[in-house]
Amino acid sequence: MQMALFAYFGGAVVLSALFVVYFRNPIYSAMSLLAMFMHIAGLYVILEAEFLAGVQLLVYAGAILVLYLFVVMLLNVQSRGRFLQRQTPLVAVIGIFAAVDVIALLLHTRFYPELPAIPHPGVPTLGNSETIGMVLYTQYLFPFEIASLVLLIALVGAIVLAKGKLKYR
Amino acid sequence: MFSQSHPEHYVPIFLFLLVAVGFGAVSLTVGKLIRPKNPYKDKNAPYECGVPPINDARERFSVRYYVIAMLFLVFDVEVVFLYPWAVDFDRLGLFGLVEMMIFIFILLVGYVYAWKKEALEWD
Repeated sequence: MQMALFAYFGGAVVLSALFVVYFRNPIYSAMSLLAMFMHIAGLYVILEAEFLAGVQLLVYAGAILVLYLFVVMLLNVQSRGRFLQRQTPLVAVIGIFAAVDVIALLLHTRFYPELPAIPHPGVPTLGNSETIGMVLYTQYLFPFEIASLVLLIALVGAIVLAKGKLKYR
Repeated sequence: MFSQSHPEHYVPIFLFLLVAVGFGAVSLTVGKLIRPKNPYKDKNAPYECGVPPINDARERFSVRYYVIAMLFLVFDVEVVFLYPWAVDFDRLGLFGLVEMMIFIFILLVGYVYAWKKEALEWD
């Protein structure tokens, strides 16, 4: 059952990722990316990371993909033809290098490391979101507050970049 | 893993997906089976209020859409942070409330900035 689910989600992720680079129409690529995000959420569910699965759907499939689509529409990418465009030999070399890199990493990674002890042993029966919340808002308090600054920078940056063009039309 | 703990929790989600996909598939197939098929050139032409289409549909969009998407993304992530906080609200107590107020205040600065820069206006 588990193996079958993993095979389905993993296979779908690989396939939709391939379609992202395969289509020449950027909108098709974005839609393939959406399929990939959704199946990655499925992988998270198999790994019992329900909160992460929800966040994956909400943030990646919901917000980031919309951002990608808007950027595609802003840049007005014209696509001729339907599939794969020609690449320079340099890209192929870099691609092979990256593939070798990934294979080396896969061979050298220990996939079942010794996990550190849960930081709050007094509350072992908490669910997924509860545990994340307790760790995030006590132990990782500072990174959490920094995250708000990062978001603020993103917000201000977007407005500054678009400034002057906001009066457009 | 998931099949060992609570697979039954995913039955509603599975049913939901099944109904969603099934509805689309059934309506398209049934429609294809029973509708008359008689296409010709004028019928396949893109329809735009009865006027012949003037130029390409793939126009450049206004940069405002990008700003709106970015604003949405930022506050979307804020909500993601709010959710586990709300779940743990009782356990975190006043400490949690204060730290979340700081978090929201920092983002509120960005909201006010966007407001003052008229990034939310649309005219």
